[in-house]
Amino acid sequence: MASTEAEATEHRRGDTRAGAGGPRYPGWLALPAVTWYLLFFLVPLGFIAVTSFGEVVGFSDVAYTWTLDNYRYLWDDFFGDFHLYRDIYFETFKLSVIGTLSTLVIGFPLAYYIARYAKHKTLLLLLVIVPFWTSFLIRAYAWLIILDPEFPVFRALGISGFVESHELLFTPKAVYIGVAYNYLPLMVLPLYAALERIDWSLVEAAQDLGDPPWRAFRRITLPLALPGVLAGSLLVFIPLTGEYIIPVILGGNKTFYAGNLIAQQFLESRDWPLGSALAMVVIGALTIALLVYARALGRQEQHS
Amino acid sequence: MTGRRLLGGYAVLAYVFLYAPIAVVVVFAFNGGRDVLYWQGFSTKWFETALRTPEITNALKLSILIALGNAIVACVLGTMLALALPRMRPWIRTPIDALAYMTLVTPEIVFAIAALVFFVQAGNRLGIDSPLGWHTILIAHVVFNASVVALVVRARFVSMGQQLEEASFDLGAGPLSTFRQVTLPRLAPAILAGGLLAFTFSFDDFITSFFVTGTESETLPIYIWGQLRFGVTPAINATAAMMLAFTLVVVVVAYLVLRRSGQERDGATLPGV
Repeated sequence: MASTEAEATEHRRGDTRAGAGGPRYPGWLALPAVTWYLLFFLVPLGFIAVTSFGEVVGFSDVAYTWTLDNYRYLWDDFFGDFHLYRDIYFETFKLSVIGTLSTLVIGFPLAYYIARYAKHKTLLLLLVIVPFWTSFLIRAYAWLIILDPEFPVFRALGISGFVESHELLFTPKAVYIGVAYNYLPLMVLPLYAALERIDWSLVEAAQDLGDPPWRAFRRITLPLALPGVLAGSLLVFIPLTGEYIIPVILGGNKTFYAGNLIAQQFLESRDWPLGSALAMVVIGALTIALLVYARALGRQEQHS
Repeated sequence: MTGRRLLGGYAVLAYVFLYAPIAVVVVFAFNGGRDVLYWQGFSTKWFETALRTPEITNALKLSILIALGNAIVACVLGTMLALALPRMRPWIRTPIDALAYMTLVTPEIVFAIAALVFFVQAGNRLGIDSPLGWHTILIAHVVFNASVVALVVRARFVSMGQQLEEASFDLGAGPLSTFRQVTLPRLAPAILAGGLLAFTFSFDDFITSFFVTGTESETLPIYIWGQLRFGVTPAINATAAMMLAFTLVVVVVAYLVLRRSGQERDGATLPGV
């Protein structure tokens, strides 16, 4: 989608500049980066694809036997009586969906305010970006302090008992709070980019013509903000499917998601083939989800 | 008007939400007591403790060295890519674009274990005993940071127009002298900003570093992770506060560099016309 947009822009610009056939930087300049991507990104992904068909020999060595055992094992789990892995994948999907929705709900009014009403837009936007560029790990563990019932601010407010009775830390609730917090900037940026382009006189016109504010919002603002909503949702949803840091730190490693599951095979169980197969399931599910999403998007565009 | 007020109030709360956790870490780094959660007076002693702990200073040094090396390599690869891409034929540009975006959106844990498997297996084939270390962290970080630099540089390169480059090529200059004399002076702020962002990405990275490092090389985030097993301590908060301050400075510099170059753009694109 982005590339066709860029193409269209280039095409339009092409009228004022010399044509696209004019002299330019040679294409081989892309070679070093492309080589790096192939060698250290695509080939490694190929390695785990191959490893997922292998088996463990001895303590942790991998034999490439082209067996389907790992996938058969997962298949049996998914459709069998134990469905341990199925439950974890389902929890991961739930985390990704709820995480995306909560950043959307928290982030939309903020992006809306900055885009429509704020005086110092650049500054306020910068203030949203800064946390994004600071350490993810530190922002996650900060909640270890805040969610502790002994947190001084809670003690001062006299609500320690309340926090304690809700047992937030090392539960899925803490994980959800951490996710909503850590991923918020990633959602606000694209939302702002879309809202910022809206011509607000359209909304005012709708209201002047008798639309109550909510209807003007639904009929004008929301459709125009949709590209931002979709972009932000993708930016939050995709990395969440492999979230690892937050469940370990705030979930106390008691709550399990796909990211922990994969990591465990490499850090503790030393079962690389099974870990690779678990990762391939995430990649496969993501690919299918993105294709369905792209198709739905294409269909919707045809309709409108 | 009331809606606007309400949203304004909400925005204030949202910013409190965004910054409170960061502030908590920084404030509690100045706690004089040994227990994180009981305030026992202002003190900078945990910063002194942190700076006198060899594990922390060594990890800090390693993190900075890797981040620097990563930023330099990412700048070279990313800038070359950004120069080549805009005028490539779509059939070749689209897959390269997709690949670059993939390096940025793939769940990091998947890339991290893929890189681990690759480095270990490739090391075994090549007969290298312990293939993992600072160099594998560096190689892995460059993968997604080259894309970060390419993204920033390309946006500037496309928006500034390429008439000057075309004139330069028409007048017989090669790619290298055109880059040195025509493109680089205008693109330098974007390259610098991209490099600074790549630096912070690498400096803060935990997951990839954690999986592809050997037993010897511990970056600062890996050190903090290891310590968190024993709970949060004021010394960890002090270390984290220093990390935050460091990143903050780099990000603000990157922002200012980019903004200045943005303001100069209109004047600088075509000086003679």
